Amino acid sequence: MFKPGAIVSNQSFRDKIFSLDFVMILCIFLLGIISFFAMYSTDGGQFAYHTRSHMVRFFIFFILFFVVAFFPINFWYNSSTWFYLSVLILLILVKYFGLTSSGSQRWLNLYVVNLQPSELMKVGLILFLAKYYHRVSSMDVNRIKYLFQPMIAILIPVLLVITQPDLGTSFLIAVGGITVVWLAGVKMKFFAYLSILFISAAPVAISFLKPYQKSRILTFLDPSRDPLGAGYQITQSKIAIGSGGLLGKGFLNGSQSYLDYLPEKHTDFIFTLFSEEFGFIGSTFILILYMIINWRVVNIGNGIRNSFGKFYCYSFATAFSIYVFVNMGMVLGLIPIVGAPLPILSYGGSSMMAIMIGLGIVMSCRVYKDQPIG
Amino acid sequence: MISYRSGGENKIRLLGRRMFIISAAKVVIVTGIIGRLISLQINESRKYKTLSDKNRFREWKFAPPRGIIKDFFGNEIASNKQVYQLHVIPENAENIESLFFRLKTILNLSDKDIFHLKRKIATQKPWDPIIVSDNLTWSEFSKINLFLHELQGVEPIVSVARVYNEESSSHVIGYVSKISERDLKNKNYLKNMNAAGMRVGKTGLENKLDAEVIGSIGYKRYEVNAYGKRIKEISIDQGRPGKTFHTTLDLDIQKYSQELLKEKAGSICVMDIYRGDIITMVSSPTFDSNKFVHGINTKDWKKLINHRDKPLVNKSISGLYPPGSTIKTLVAISALENDIVSPKKSYNCTGFIELYGEKFHCWKKKGHGYCNMRTAIKESCDVYFYEVSRQLGVDRLSETAKKFGLGKNVLDGFVEEKKGVVPNTNWKKTVVGKNWYLGETLHSGIGQGYWQTTPLQLALMTAQIANGGYKIKPRIISSDNDSKDLEEYVKNFKNFQQNETLFDEVVSKFKFKNLFRNQENINFVKDALFGATNEPRGTSYRSRLTKKEFIYAGKTGTSQVRRFTEFQREQEIKNEDLPYKQRDHALFVAFAPYKDPKYSISVVIEHGGTGSGSAAPIAKKVIKKLLERHPLRELTRINGEEI
Repeated sequence: MFKPGAIVSNQSFRDKIFSLDFVMILCIFLLGIISFFAMYSTDGGQFAYHTRSHMVRFFIFFILFFVVAFFPINFWYNSSTWFYLSVLILLILVKYFGLTSSGSQRWLNLYVVNLQPSELMKVGLILFLAKYYHRVSSMDVNRIKYLFQPMIAILIPVLLVITQPDLGTSFLIAVGGITVVWLAGVKMKFFAYLSILFISAAPVAISFLKPYQKSRILTFLDPSRDPLGAGYQITQSKIAIGSGGLLGKGFLNGSQSYLDYLPEKHTDFIFTLFSEEFGFIGSTFILILYMIINWRVVNIGNGIRNSFGKFYCYSFATAFSIYVFVNMGMVLGLIPIVGAPLPILSYGGSSMMAIMIGLGIVMSCRVYKDQPIG
Repeated sequence: MISYRSGGENKIRLLGRRMFIISAAKVVIVTGIIGRLISLQINESRKYKTLSDKNRFREWKFAPPRGIIKDFFGNEIASNKQVYQLHVIPENAENIESLFFRLKTILNLSDKDIFHLKRKIATQKPWDPIIVSDNLTWSEFSKINLFLHELQGVEPIVSVARVYNEESSSHVIGYVSKISERDLKNKNYLKNMNAAGMRVGKTGLENKLDAEVIGSIGYKRYEVNAYGKRIKEISIDQGRPGKTFHTTLDLDIQKYSQELLKEKAGSICVMDIYRGDIITMVSSPTFDSNKFVHGINTKDWKKLINHRDKPLVNKSISGLYPPGSTIKTLVAISALENDIVSPKKSYNCTGFIELYGEKFHCWKKKGHGYCNMRTAIKESCDVYFYEVSRQLGVDRLSETAKKFGLGKNVLDGFVEEKKGVVPNTNWKKTVVGKNWYLGETLHSGIGQGYWQTTPLQLALMTAQIANGGYKIKPRIISSDNDSKDLEEYVKNFKNFQQNETLFDEVVSKFKFKNLFRNQENINFVKDALFGATNEPRGTSYRSRLTKKEFIYAGKTGTSQVRRFTEFQREQEIKNEDLPYKQRDHALFVAFAPYKDPKYSISVVIEHGGTGSGSAAPIAKKVIKKLLERHPLRELTRINGEEI
């Protein structure tokens, strides 16, 4: 039994259990179950490596989720800066000691597991900025001095990740941070300036892109440009999803995936695999599960009095949805392929850990919603 | 504290407003994603299912064995043999460059071959096999098998390919070769038949029968993964070999005729005068059609193309020759049918006649003296026929000639067959654009001038005279014509063999269309031809057969390829002394046996001199062989029909 020592709570353990959001937990659990089946299918209908390790991870992080949820929200508030800074240090360590795989240096070898700090930064940045804006008065939000600090806080991890290079994750980190800034009430014109700056910097940025990243963008603009090369992934993904039809080809019958036409089928393209086997019905079901989670998180945010919790829940809900949108939009050919995992479903420990911690903090907000912050 | 809280409330209100905007945006995005799912999985699902199957399945097609073409007695003229082939599947090869380098040393491939192969690879799908060599020798094949472990992507294959057993039939059978663009355009059945090693008929029977003899293609369908590895076999279709065809040809006589034409350029055609069965159709010089099956090399091709005597041309149906004196049979029939002259009427041949100041010479310088029609045919008097044709007129002659099958295709479906020319006033006006001169009628009367006939047309003409003047439809495939007439004929055949008077009766029972007004006229000409071969001073008397059942009747012909000048005529230049290309063509048409005729024959020797000198002796030999083999043919026919 976990009992927070430092901060005294007047809630009994039973109260805490009942204050959990069971709808959300059910949805997470369902996604977990679905992910087992999806992994089982990517392993070619065998209970093999990916399935086993994904199951183990899910159960570990599902427990972690509850552990995080029972830590008082004050603890997370107080430790958010440390959390952010330690992930930042890990990102810097990646720069020097990171493992390189398929041309990208993303992982830290922790002997037992390989950790991808950039995934944790997704949560860390939101947490840090939520605390920051909790403390800043709404009058000061648009003052240059107070704009400057969050900008730095966003830019450092984004730049660290983009040079790994990992365009997808850095984009998702930035989106999470910008969401908090937006919610804090920073004026529209600031975002307008920012986008003008971004667009004018784009040509310069493009010159820094790796050839494969450039070709991905060009391929997105015209997938038929190189159907056997860069356009291959998106073409095959669309074929897989489209051929699934209304009801899908059936479990373990996704020919596109088991004949290896699908690239990255257990990570970024897991939705494609599921969509091929379970069709429109299955795909919509998954989308609905994600949207229920999003709705529950927003709902929790609504029920909180303090602005830290609101900032955190709203931002996390938005970031979470954007992860889903980017991944689905990518496999459906709506946006360029950037390499963004689908929360919970995609194979990958760090991503799952980040999502579970993130959701755990949301749950903590709910459990300790009556506790004053600060 | 208060100001902080009021600031806090303000902050929270703003937060809610901004969150609302975000939520609205999320709704839009979710709608967008669902819309995309609907479009992919519901609206366009069919298209993507097809694409997915295209990914999954791969078909390997293979060519079926072609149908066998047999002669009348069941001997195979065109059949199939086992061949050893070397296929390369580019996709399976680790490095195509080094693979070709290895193969080059093993198989002695030239750089040019490799260049062509690479170009071919670029045009087809990476899993489609490419044939590096389709006819390996056994030693090459075993060498490949020995090195197989280091030649990834190479597949040694035992397949079947067309083989032609006999050069004598090269022209009539034709040959197969690789499918060309033009074949694809002209032959609809070739759609979806583009298997590796597929061959298509180009000429002769191979071309005519192609749609049926080609068979239907087989395929193996596999499920393959993204790397082209075959995961499992889905279905297999062995295909169907092409249909076997029986022809009316007699391979023995084909070979014999070809032998007789050795070193000569020309043609021999033999036809059954009742059924129209083509028993022999050879053209000389011949060529090895097997060379085309696996792609003829440039050297051999050049040799064939540049040969003086054009071996690739089937002279029996594509060679055009003026019929020469052989046309006199038709001139006589036409004149008799049109009541121009009485057979008894005589004209004096002095060696030439003069018309409007132009001299028309008889082949016999001294002249034949007074000749009636029988003598004129027998001795082939030109002056007599100048006179008759002058009275007959070219238009009436051309009408008769067309009735007897000249000027039109004899066979169906032979692309290389030529129609020839039956000249008349109208023809000259439309084709040459000039008016007809009477002098040209005289030339036409002895088969010179504008006439163009094929040897097969001459054989058909003779057959239709020999059978008493009935129209027949020549055929080369046994099953081509209505066999009911045939049955009836066979039933009555024995009767009229014994009783000559029954002949007419039996013949008249057939649905044969007659070509005469009065059959006496036909019989008169037949009798005259008997004289020409079997009576002294007949043009082919020296080539007669004396054995009673072999006695035949025939007409010689010599067709000029150039006009004599008066000077040359004075010089009496012998044909042999002229340059080859200026020598006369020698022709001979005949039917045999004279009593109860069964076969007609035409022999054409290009630049062979006179018909009596070079064509008739060959015809004599063929007729002898033909009649010797007749009982066997009859027996085979009766047995065949009983079965």
